[in-house]
Amino acid sequence: MWAMVAKEFRQLRRDRRTVAMMIVLPVVLLVVFGYAANFSVSSIPTVVVGPGAAQAAAELRAPFRVTEVDAGAGPATARARLRDGRAIAAVVTGGSQTQVLLDGSQLFPVLTAEGALAKLPAARGTAAPRVRILYNPKLTTSWVMVPGLAGLILVFIGTLITSLGVVRERQTGTLEQLAVMPLRARDVIAGKIAPYLMVAAVDLVLIVAIGMGVFHVPFAGNVGTFALGAALFLLVTLGMGVLISTLSQNQGQAIQLAFMIMLPQVLLSGLIFPVASMAAGVRWISYILPLTYFIEISRGVMLKATPISALWQPIGLLAVLAVVVLGLAIVRFRRDLAPSARGVRSEAPAGAGVAGSRA
Amino acid sequence: MIWGLEDVRVTFGRRTALESVTVPVEPSGITVVVGGDGAGKSTCLRALVGLLEPRAGTVRRPAKDRTGYVPATAGLYADLTAAENLGFRARAYRLPAAERGPREAEILGRTGLAGARDRLGGQLSGGMQRKLAVGLALLHSPQLLVLDEPTTGVDPVSRAELWRLISGAAAGGTAVAVATTYVNEAARASWVVLLEAGRVLAAGSPDAILRAVPGAVGSARASARPAPRSWRRGADWRVWAPGGQLPDGVTRTEPDFEDAVVVAALAGEER
Repeated sequence: MWAMVAKEFRQLRRDRRTVAMMIVLPVVLLVVFGYAANFSVSSIPTVVVGPGAAQAAAELRAPFRVTEVDAGAGPATARARLRDGRAIAAVVTGGSQTQVLLDGSQLFPVLTAEGALAKLPAARGTAAPRVRILYNPKLTTSWVMVPGLAGLILVFIGTLITSLGVVRERQTGTLEQLAVMPLRARDVIAGKIAPYLMVAAVDLVLIVAIGMGVFHVPFAGNVGTFALGAALFLLVTLGMGVLISTLSQNQGQAIQLAFMIMLPQVLLSGLIFPVASMAAGVRWISYILPLTYFIEISRGVMLKATPISALWQPIGLLAVLAVVVLGLAIVRFRRDLAPSARGVRSEAPAGAGVAGSRA
Repeated sequence: MIWGLEDVRVTFGRRTALESVTVPVEPSGITVVVGGDGAGKSTCLRALVGLLEPRAGTVRRPAKDRTGYVPATAGLYADLTAAENLGFRARAYRLPAAERGPREAEILGRTGLAGARDRLGGQLSGGMQRKLAVGLALLHSPQLLVLDEPTTGVDPVSRAELWRLISGAAAGGTAVAVATTYVNEAARASWVVLLEAGRVLAAGSPDAILRAVPGAVGSARASARPAPRSWRRGADWRVWAPGGQLPDGVTRTEPDFEDAVVVAALAGEER
């Protein structure tokens, strides 16, 4: 038995990635997710409008954080702020009763807000405000989860399947064959990614259709906005797949790496835990994950009909990520594909040629 | 030299894989790079097709669309049929659509795989895979055909068929470079490069290598090894005497090509 144990440890020592996964990863995961896994919300961005805005704003206590006070604005402005994701709660003063509007796509903040509002009258002895939850009035979990899960499923398909597809070419030696063929690196990458892009797009339509049909998730917004966000998001995930493949010698390594990239997206993208509740130390990780932005777009468009003008930030950041990730993937993939392209030393006698004379 | 390597040095990190290696590959000729495992054969061929960049020296090769390469792994798509493999290759090399069908049929015929056109690459036998791989490399009528151990692990009949394919390509004017561990295959070459630990031990036509054997070669029927510089050939021992003075009990014989290669290796060790 000891021979076996010694051999196993010896092999393990050579496989640094697995060792890292077994020792470093659990520690990192525990620390990161310990800070991230937080359902309680301490700060809810709130906009206060109407004639009594100044007074209401002064009376609001934590968790409400007043971000805007506009005595001249009315309910329309309040709704626009929620729709555009600028605030999660809106207090509309004036009229017979003060109204509080909440953004139902933000499950945990809304639950926190409801709890805080319920305590208000007892403390102050005044009439309770009328609370209205917009976009997801029954706070149905599946309405919030489906748009996010759609993105998560695309991360799986995009990252894992793409990386496996490319690594398989490396393992079977066909990548080397592609390298000697008269194909440009970008054609190989584009040709490699395009089929997965199409399959993933079909998948996305399917997921959204099932979400709408089975879970009755609304699709309130613009299909074009959603498609743009999804396309950019898919490019990032597929680019990550190619990038992983350039860092992996075999399918096992590719799967390991893909999981290291996918796991944080599950927990840190705002899919389950609100990004705003995460400790500042780990929140920045959320902001480099493409899923964070896709979820913002998909929830916004599907549930709240957020217009593209209010989503330029996540869309723009996804575009930046797409350029960076795909760019890196292409650079690294090209290095694999055409080592001789750098400072070619090959030459040919006059007449016949490297330049490509056809006999 | 039309194609080939000239005075090439290849390094991997600090390790030198090839040191001033010259491998000429002429049209209608077959250059065989022969050597043991780790001698640098694959590195030679990979440098020749541009898969790695030499530190020094000159590589002469035609454009990518005029070069055919079969890696040691055959480089087939196991989950595509023989015909689909050919179809992909034909499009990647931009064969005119009208030529594709006839050309693919011709290759299947030449490789004897017409009956296997709809079988998956992964389901073909080892020998059939190699034949298909060589056929794929010939599809676009390359000026330079580079084959990395095309016959390793292949049965004798398939080996003969593979060599018929290779000779046929050379007869058609293609310049062919083949790496092999089988010394007897080198006898088919028009030029042989004997490689050992990244250096050229001997190079030339098989005849020239044979004529260049220094000293004397003899044979002995003995149960034990008769001399330090000796090796098994069938039931006999062969003995090489660099000075020409064979030990007692060893009769002088005319060395064949295989003997010549072994002598070159021994001479290289002693140098």
